[in-house]
Amino acid sequence: MGEAVSDFNQQALSLTQARQAGGVYQAINQLGASAFETMPFPTRKTESWKYTSLHALTQQNYNQSPKAVLLDGIDAQYEVSGLEVVNLVFVNGQFQAALSSNETLAGLQLVRFSEATSEQLALIEKHLGKLAETERNLFTALNNAQVNDGVFVFVDKNTQLAKPIQITNISIKDEQPATAFNRCLIVLDTHAQATVIEQFVSSDTEQNVVMNQVTEAVIGDGAHLQHYRLNKEHESSIHFGGMYVDLSRDSQFTSYQILLGSKIKRFDVLVNHNVSGSHCEMKGVYLPKNEQQVDIHSYIEHKAPNCTTNEVYRGIMADKSKAVFNGRIHIHPDAQKTLAELSNKNLLLSDKAQINTKPELEIYADDVRCAHGATVAQLNETAKFYLQSRGISAQEADIMLSFGFINELLESIPLEALRVSLRPLLAEQFSSDKSLTQHLIADEAEA
Amino acid sequence: MCKENEFKIVGTGIARKWLNRMLSIKNLHASVEEKEILKGLNIEIKPGEIHAIMGPNGAGKSTLGNVLSGREGYEVTAGDVNFDGKNILDMDTEERAREGLFLAFQYPVEIPGVSNLEFLKASVDAVRAHRGEEPMDSVSFLKLAREKCKAVNLDQNFLKRGVNEGFSGGEKKRNEIMQMMLLEPKLCILDETDSGLDIDALQVVAEGVNSQRDPNRSFIVVTHYQRLLDYIIPDYVHVLADGKIVKSGGKELALELEEKGYGWIENGAV
Repeated sequence: MGEAVSDFNQQALSLTQARQAGGVYQAINQLGASAFETMPFPTRKTESWKYTSLHALTQQNYNQSPKAVLLDGIDAQYEVSGLEVVNLVFVNGQFQAALSSNETLAGLQLVRFSEATSEQLALIEKHLGKLAETERNLFTALNNAQVNDGVFVFVDKNTQLAKPIQITNISIKDEQPATAFNRCLIVLDTHAQATVIEQFVSSDTEQNVVMNQVTEAVIGDGAHLQHYRLNKEHESSIHFGGMYVDLSRDSQFTSYQILLGSKIKRFDVLVNHNVSGSHCEMKGVYLPKNEQQVDIHSYIEHKAPNCTTNEVYRGIMADKSKAVFNGRIHIHPDAQKTLAELSNKNLLLSDKAQINTKPELEIYADDVRCAHGATVAQLNETAKFYLQSRGISAQEADIMLSFGFINELLESIPLEALRVSLRPLLAEQFSSDKSLTQHLIADEAEA
Repeated sequence: MCKENEFKIVGTGIARKWLNRMLSIKNLHASVEEKEILKGLNIEIKPGEIHAIMGPNGAGKSTLGNVLSGREGYEVTAGDVNFDGKNILDMDTEERAREGLFLAFQYPVEIPGVSNLEFLKASVDAVRAHRGEEPMDSVSFLKLAREKCKAVNLDQNFLKRGVNEGFSGGEKKRNEIMQMMLLEPKLCILDETDSGLDIDALQVVAEGVNSQRDPNRSFIVVTHYQRLLDYIIPDYVHVLADGKIVKSGGKELALELEEKGYGWIENGAV
């Protein structure tokens, strides 16, 4: 193991050297690389990686750049029917102009770093890597060390974007194992409002490209970012994701995370309440099955008074899957009148499935209202009997109850077309037999 | 499908024998967590009849409903239960329901996240499929469900809400009756449906039940108090004490019980 580990670190560093572009990236690349060099490869003894094995990552040399992309090999579904969006598509980290829309929206600057004007580059340089703290996560450090392109979203002040922006990252099997790096920087000026959907899909075959994606969002005074992170990559994929958010006065961050697929999936989210009056609403669903591992770390930093956080995560673990939920809300001494709630509920469908949940509250202010809690349960037998006593089969009852467990979060999604499209996607996580999921899917249309 | 036809041919003789019986329970013994609760219960119910089962707390009244529905943890140790010509003891809960057995719960379960409408449609589809009927299309079903809501005086918004989620006691019981109306069962077991109901709610529930009276449908009304039987008039009243029927009679037995209390029967029976 020791040898494989040092191999990984050395290979990663030589990859980042090959990708470094200088210019506006020089500082962030250097900081990332030096942070990465000092961080050992995570083992079971590394606290923040205690329950997730990265063994699969050391089995091949993933620290190579993806080769040219064969577009006709793409069979991934990524369009949401009935949802009009400005669509940007990347395949194995490479931008696909032919699959992307070049539509412009009033008040929106949407550009890749490599195409940015000098004015835009100045903004990119100002913000890039400032939130994505390298010391928190090895793979964010790696992303910082090599970043040389990405998507820049800037919304002018007082603008409400007419359509959501949808950034789709598609993975396909490459000629050799590789890592696809993606980066996104979102800046909302004062009182701007935007919806950004970031989704991760892959072709329906064995994958050999690791996805490493980092998003930073700077939300100005009174601005509101509604953000979706939809992970639906193939079961064989490996995914490292990070989302880092700064909230200003009276601003809002609403986040929906649907975390499916991948044999190893790690997602870190950090939200800073920097100025009074900001609100963070975070809803997450994870449904690992078979031998999938999902590892979620959330950090909410209340640094200013009168801010609120409502964080709700629900997970259902099936088969031999493993999940980690580590949620920390940190109330700094100045954060008086904070209202913060964190709830994590879990359902275990198999006695071989595992959840390690650790909700944490750290409070250094005396006038706050905070609550946190986690539960782990199995399906409610009385509810199951009730459904069966009405003629519903045991199998369908299990699926209805499991779906019901996450349905509350699903129903809170404001984008209707997306919500409707997620129902069948989530339903099929519980069974591929459509006769068992038909009532879940029909529901939305009727009610 | 094939299996069912086979059964019908083989089962003709049996069907004739039970032609005039909806439910026949013979010497039923049942245990919960190895404690015997039913200790040799006998009852015969013909189509169209309403039987009230009364008795003191702990007599086994609720156990009977759970045993008949095939609830896990309720173990039948001896006896036979024949429902409309079929031995149901080996059937799963859902099979019994599809055969036409309906248990109205004393405490209907709240299931957040599963909408009432989704639940009702799944239920009706399952029962219809068992009868060899096509599933109803969504529009017709919604129309039907709305009608039934109206019949039990439930607001249509209840269809969108989670199953029994945040319903008052009366609303939960009306939801049970609405399910009964949708499923059109052969035998309805009302397990202490009157508990926790005020007079107005009781009347609505009783009207719902009475509207479903039919020469081909039977009812078991399990209750602790005589009050419900003012509204749902039974053909027979049985007293269940210590796991057995200790006395049976007409509807006047309920009044006598109300007056004299269960002690009268229990003492007399021993």
